[in-house]
Amino acid sequence: MTWQGVLQIFVLLIVILPIGKLLSIYMYKFLDGGKTLTDKLFVPIEKKLYRFIGVNSSSEMAWTRYLFILLAVNFIGFVVLAILIALQPILPWFNPQHMGRVPFWTNINTSISFITNTNWQNYSGETTLSYLSQIWLTVEQFLSPVSGICIFLVVVRGFSRSNSKTIGNFWHDFVRTIIWLVIPVSFISAIVLLALGSPDNFSPYIVAHTLQGAKQVIAQGPVASMTSIMQFGDNGGGFFNANAAHPYAAPNVVSLLFQTILGMSVPVACVFLFGKMIKDKLQIKPIMAVMGVLFILGAFLMYHYEATGNPALAAHGIHLASSQNYEGKESRFGIGTSTLFNNTTTAVSWGSVAAANDSMTPLGGLIPLFNMMTGEVIFGSWGVGMVGMLAYAVLTLFLAGLMVGRTPEYLGKKIESFEVKMAVLSMIVPSLAILILSALSVAVSAGKSGIFNLGPHGLTEVLYAFSSGVGNNGSAFGGLNAASPWYSATVGIAMLLGRYPMYIPLMAMGASLAKKQKIPANAGTFPTHGILFTILLMGTVLVVGVLIFFPALALGPLAEQFAAHAGKLFG
Amino acid sequence: MENEHQKDISKHAKAQSLWNKELIRFSLRQSIAKLSPRQLMGNPVMLVVEVGAILTTGEMFRYLATSGQGSNFIFTLQISIWLWLTVLFANFAEAMAEGRGKAHADELKKMRTDSPARKIVDGKIMEISSSELSVGDVVAVRAGEVIPADGDVIQGIASVDESAITGESAPVIRESGGDRSAVTGGTTVLSDEINVVVTAAKGESFLDKMIALIEAGVRKKTPNEVALSLLLSGLSMIFVIVVVTVAPFAAYSHTHVSVTVLVALLVALIPTTIGGLLSAIGISGMNRLYEKNVIALSGRAVEAAGDVSVILLDKTGTLTMGARQAATLVPAEGVDAVDLAQAALMASQADETPEGRSIVALCQSKYGLEGKSEIDREEHLFVEFSAQTKMSGVDIGARQIRKGAVKQVADWAGEAIEPQLTKYIDDMSRSGSTPLLVAENKKVLGAIELKDIVKEGIKERLSTLRSAGIRTVMITGDNPITAAAIAQEAGVDDYLAEATPVSKMEYVKSVRSEGYMVAMVGDGTNDAPALANADVAVAMNTGTMAARQAGNMIDLDSNPTKLIDIVEAGKQILITRGALTTFSIVNDVAKYFAIIPAMFVAAYPGIEALNIMHLTSPKSAILSAIIFNAIIIPILIPLALRGVKYKAKSAANILRKNLFIYGLGGLIVPFIGIKLIDMLVTTLHLVSLAK
Repeated sequence: MTWQGVLQIFVLLIVILPIGKLLSIYMYKFLDGGKTLTDKLFVPIEKKLYRFIGVNSSSEMAWTRYLFILLAVNFIGFVVLAILIALQPILPWFNPQHMGRVPFWTNINTSISFITNTNWQNYSGETTLSYLSQIWLTVEQFLSPVSGICIFLVVVRGFSRSNSKTIGNFWHDFVRTIIWLVIPVSFISAIVLLALGSPDNFSPYIVAHTLQGAKQVIAQGPVASMTSIMQFGDNGGGFFNANAAHPYAAPNVVSLLFQTILGMSVPVACVFLFGKMIKDKLQIKPIMAVMGVLFILGAFLMYHYEATGNPALAAHGIHLASSQNYEGKESRFGIGTSTLFNNTTTAVSWGSVAAANDSMTPLGGLIPLFNMMTGEVIFGSWGVGMVGMLAYAVLTLFLAGLMVGRTPEYLGKKIESFEVKMAVLSMIVPSLAILILSALSVAVSAGKSGIFNLGPHGLTEVLYAFSSGVGNNGSAFGGLNAASPWYSATVGIAMLLGRYPMYIPLMAMGASLAKKQKIPANAGTFPTHGILFTILLMGTVLVVGVLIFFPALALGPLAEQFAAHAGKLFG
Repeated sequence: MENEHQKDISKHAKAQSLWNKELIRFSLRQSIAKLSPRQLMGNPVMLVVEVGAILTTGEMFRYLATSGQGSNFIFTLQISIWLWLTVLFANFAEAMAEGRGKAHADELKKMRTDSPARKIVDGKIMEISSSELSVGDVVAVRAGEVIPADGDVIQGIASVDESAITGESAPVIRESGGDRSAVTGGTTVLSDEINVVVTAAKGESFLDKMIALIEAGVRKKTPNEVALSLLLSGLSMIFVIVVVTVAPFAAYSHTHVSVTVLVALLVALIPTTIGGLLSAIGISGMNRLYEKNVIALSGRAVEAAGDVSVILLDKTGTLTMGARQAATLVPAEGVDAVDLAQAALMASQADETPEGRSIVALCQSKYGLEGKSEIDREEHLFVEFSAQTKMSGVDIGARQIRKGAVKQVADWAGEAIEPQLTKYIDDMSRSGSTPLLVAENKKVLGAIELKDIVKEGIKERLSTLRSAGIRTVMITGDNPITAAAIAQEAGVDDYLAEATPVSKMEYVKSVRSEGYMVAMVGDGTNDAPALANADVAVAMNTGTMAARQAGNMIDLDSNPTKLIDIVEAGKQILITRGALTTFSIVNDVAKYFAIIPAMFVAAYPGIEALNIMHLTSPKSAILSAIIFNAIIIPILIPLALRGVKYKAKSAANILRKNLFIYGLGGLIVPFIGIKLIDMLVTTLHLVSLAK
């Protein structure tokens, strides 16, 4: 490990905090009726759009109506995507490479993947999909993170509103976030990426003859613009299979760091936005602290284990000049930047990768896995990361809050059986989905045959796939035949479970909280802005994660690490 | 005689110790009876343990029938025993709490027997049974008779023995009109005769409600309890899946984990400690209130008491002594202070009111005058106080001495009060005191200041409440100036002066609309509207039926200060629940470190590194974890029944302390406990010690 490598973890956080804060001020304004500099340009577009869709953006909605429209928009996106991919061989437009038929399960998996902001890709984009299909994927990359913001707004309004039966207007939240935030920022960042060296075209692929005389097909495409929205929207689904490790997607370290900041910006802004919406900035601190500490811890540990290298080498008497685990890393980025990027993209439910997770040391690979198993709350994805953390906060308060001798309350709202039920439900469904789907996959032959590595590493691969799916992350560990019908279908189910059954209960919780009267704080109130609550909240996130996944992790990465120390090899 | 007997039981039940022999015998019997799955339905955590115990017992017999499985048989046998014990321990805890409540209910039930009633119909008396009475009937009750039903006294005054309900042996006065008109069925009239109008039909009487409540407290869950049970069920469900999925993961890893070990892991993980003690905590909380002579009409109210942020306290009787005390004597110009004292003393000799006695006491202590026993009463002709004259006094021959309300006494004397004294009198009124005028033979001698004295220690008590975030508000009929003076002296945060039934209710409503929960005490009919609107409404047992019906708690001692105890009891229940929940869940960390290495060490020997407690063998590790898991329940029963100690402090302080004890303690204690048990298991060679 180098001090520069460790320092950049902190530098990243120091840079991202003010950016997130500024962004939150902007978001608060356009979402909460304030004026922004861009209003002159965007308001006419917004009005025309409402007229075009034929909706009213000012009437308040009950949460059920809000949810219904949200689900409908998601479902329409799914149907359009599935049809476009299915008809790809016969549609005449934007298909210069004549991409052919896509297998049914791959289609379903991909369509779910892109509406849930997962961007799990079990195909190679550049060799499977036509430009037209890729364009609609990109449309979903614009829409799916915005759905996350809508979920966030409903939940946070539960805390900011009192005695309210309504929870906002879906069209207002959805359309404004797209016009004011997603389109302009991704447009500007695409230009920045272009300037940093990524190409952007619809040209046929280039055939090059290498110095060794081999023939190489160099894929082309709208790389800069797709990379821009893939990173900004925490989609992570890139044009290239190699994702951010591809020289076109991230031509240099500056470009990669820019992309890191881009992807973290909205999740960080959501924490600040939460404080602004509930009009209590003190409450930002513990949440930011928990996310920050877990983030740093993950980045540091991952860097540490990768820099220490594979213990099996020493166990077999192989001593190298540098024990660093360089396997699967981009030499342009090095260990520090690669691990920081992969830690970031799993902490933030993002899924882009700059190094192969499959090649990490067992404990180095455990970090991104655990990041996802905690429910994507270390910043997480657009809005929903913060929502997940709020669910943890509610649970923490319910567990420990009774200890002050009052019905637990968070931000002045009483946590009663309905809220507990919803928070528990949102915790049960995703963790059980990971465990049950993984257990099935190692039990049935269709699942087992898709595992490329024997021993505990294979189990890690399976756990990772489902954690990534449930976490709507999309990051791949590798070493798994993800394109097989079994994994296409099961990971598809995981992505659905990790999106709707996880967040709909929390929206219901938000709606129930909004109906409640706010209780003014006094000396008898459990203080939720201090160090004590920070420790408790962090403890809950870690303990819940460990309690649920410890046996599985013991047989996966932990067993592998201990075996490596003993020099035992598998397969 | 009957009453004597009941009183004995009542006192006995209240004083019963935690480890009363009869109670333990009852609880042991009950803990077996509660093994029925139908009984356990309400407690999913323990239901899971029981199902687990059945599974391992089956396994045990399988091993018994298979040769060469001696070591596994011994292990499974012991695991099964401890699993059954876990359920029994939990049942025992619940039965202990129920048993204590049941003793109270039984003792009340004894009073609910039919008694003869003398119903008044058209001025004639009809002898009927109390069970035939209906609401609106009027009955006559004489000395020595049992009041047949709940009601209001509409005629007469009587002293009533209510010890059967309150446990208090001193009789209380019940009279028509006013705020002391309510009588309870089952209590006995000691003197005089009263006519009572029945206000509650059979089965709906106060007594019936109390019995139903104490019994229902056993079964009905409070809102927080429901929420907590949900969480515990959710956790149990998660752990069931965690354990079930271990089997395929283990199979994939080419190792076999036996059903016994899987069940052991599951039972160790699910929150059995809190699951086993949860209902005991709630029931014993209600019992603790009962021991303080408070009957909560709903568990919800007890919990709400913990959430209260504003307490409304009546000035008189709660914050102040109630009875005014003579504080100073102010002689009129030209009158000697001793002469005034002498006159005041003589005028008060026959005055048996607290005020009168305090005047006598003041004159004796401050002016060294002789007590009344020295005075020959024969010559004295006492003039009693009456509502018309508003004065009392004595005639001794030609000497006529009067003391009483300023205006009336001045009129009687027919003399204007001199300006200096008038000023003093006005000052007294302004500072919240009551001035009395003393006159002899048409001459005003001076004034007595009767002061409402703030109770000792009340200021300190209110300030601790404030540090716990509870605001106190004084309610008084006094004018705002007087109210402000007393409020300051008593140290309340706010006051409501010139209170009327409507203004009290409006005040409660407005505080509630700000989001605060309100508690108040009331006894009179004029308190009823406010009581009905408060979250925690404590009605005095001496109060009117209207007040009792509006309240959700009844204070049998009629001691308004008890509201503070009630709030603390409410908080204590919640704290105990939270503390044991936290303890139970963080315990899992140590259990994982005991069981996981034991389960997987065969597949991956390197996992032994996770055996940080250095437990002897896989079997001893798992058995030790299960034994710890079981015995922690009985160890914590006393805590569950008595409750975690509560002192009014800020939430942050309480949290820090409890988190340290039950959070950090919960993390560390099982590591030590499991290690110690493992050492014992190893020494006794209870299971195979093979690595």
